[in-house]
Amino acid sequence: MTLLAVRDLTVGIGGAVLVDGVSFTLDPGERLGLIGESGSGKSLTALAVLGLLPAGATVTGSITLDGRELVGLGDRRLSALRGRKLAMVFQEPRTALNPLMRVGRQVAEPLHHHGLLTRRAARTRAVDLLADVGLPDPAHTARAYPHQLSGGQLQRVGIAAALACGPALLLADEPTTALDVTVQAEILALLDRLVDEHGTALVFITHDMAVLARVARRVLVLGKGKVLEEGELDSVLRAPGHEYTRTLLTAARAASFRREA
Amino acid sequence: MTVLLSVLRRPAGAFGLIWIGLLAVAAIVSTFWTPFDPLRTDPGKAWLLPFTDGHVLGTDRIGHDQFSQLLVGARETMVVAVCAALVAAVVGLLLGLLAALGPGWVSGPAVGLIDVLIAFPTLLLAMVLAAVYGSSLGTVVVAIGTGFGVAVARVARAEIASVRGSDYVLAARVGGAGTARIIRRHVLPNIAPTLIVQLSLVMALAVLVEAALTYLGYGSSPSSPSWGGMLHEQQAHIAARPLLVIWPGLAVALTVLAFNLLGDALREATDPRLAR
Repeated sequence: MTLLAVRDLTVGIGGAVLVDGVSFTLDPGERLGLIGESGSGKSLTALAVLGLLPAGATVTGSITLDGRELVGLGDRRLSALRGRKLAMVFQEPRTALNPLMRVGRQVAEPLHHHGLLTRRAARTRAVDLLADVGLPDPAHTARAYPHQLSGGQLQRVGIAAALACGPALLLADEPTTALDVTVQAEILALLDRLVDEHGTALVFITHDMAVLARVARRVLVLGKGKVLEEGELDSVLRAPGHEYTRTLLTAARAASFRREA
Repeated sequence: MTVLLSVLRRPAGAFGLIWIGLLAVAAIVSTFWTPFDPLRTDPGKAWLLPFTDGHVLGTDRIGHDQFSQLLVGARETMVVAVCAALVAAVVGLLLGLLAALGPGWVSGPAVGLIDVLIAFPTLLLAMVLAAVYGSSLGTVVVAIGTGFGVAVARVARAEIASVRGSDYVLAARVGGAGTARIIRRHVLPNIAPTLIVQLSLVMALAVLVEAALTYLGYGSSPSSPSWGGMLHEQQAHIAARPLLVIWPGLAVALTVLAFNLLGDALREATDPRLAR
């Protein structure tokens, strides 16, 4: 049974075609890496899956979740799916959290408004979720405002919020790019463990092969909105079939070399 | 409660809060007690200097007790400031939300309305309304409230638009939140600090405009003492008795300052990012 099937997805904004005929499928619990440089259409693909493309964007093709077509679905219907079935972790944890809301409440919010838990129960559950993502003293942290936490801690909060309702699919859009290298490794390990425990399918978006290698086995290489290459990460790494993939690989090697030096 | 305490901890905030508080007390107390009847005329007690015969601030040319008149004048000032700010908040928020979040056929006209009304001087709007509907406290409040409300709307629109484009609103939508919830949970709290400052500015300007209107004779009836009315009354004798102009002038100036300082202190007190 396929969880997510994207067929011939094309997204245009203001006459420019930014995602051009992208297709892929994802089974429950499976992981897929979307890799490409900025402007390759990887983030737009994720936003299209969530139905949150900027106003004025045109979408053609088909996106089905559990066999249900998402393209053209009304916002109210999509809202009911978002957070509960689909969730996302953002690149910038600092801007992805409301600066004026205590972090515990931001984790509890989707649990409450999807009607899964009462406000009080959601608040208790939020503390458990914060403990799950490895935040020290979760009861105290839940009462903190975003500016009182570090970037790594905030990204843990973001992950807790995304996984709160136990979604079937998690989209992670460069979740470690804005973090320190040491924190990156921790966050990747955390994502790896939680996604495994919950049996959540993962679409991991990155421009960094080295990061991708830690979380996903299957990879989709995007360039200028098109799928250039698809396959197991090992075989893509060993024998890149496309010039562009080779460039990405070289960039990753150079970066890791610099890191070690 | 904690907000009030943190306002009081700041010297500027404490001054603003205490002065506004004193005015509120004066406005209430003056409804049933003043040292003298503010409208009583007594030619035998004309031109008294401060602190003579119990007249704390002296009397004018027909023996009006100036302190009593100031106390009663505070009533009109406070009512106009508060009501105008409420009207401005409603007008500003509604227009701002429509202009920032409405579909194209709503936001376009809303922006146009804001731009047109902003170009129209509030004092002039108040004078026109007073000329058409008769001068009353209600007309003054509506005129000042809508006049400054559109200025609030323009600021609110920009703030709402920037909140709407933020990652945390996108994150909330990813979490499944609808528009109403996003407005309630994310937009309103995040524009509140700006709105508080704007509304305190509206209150300060409302005090000024109200005084100007009554000074020009467009305010409430001359039989109810007001600060603008006192200025109007005394201006002919400004060279001989400057003190009589200074009292209401000082009251207006201090009140305008107090509302501004209170607004700044409130913004700092309600924003957790600025909390110490």
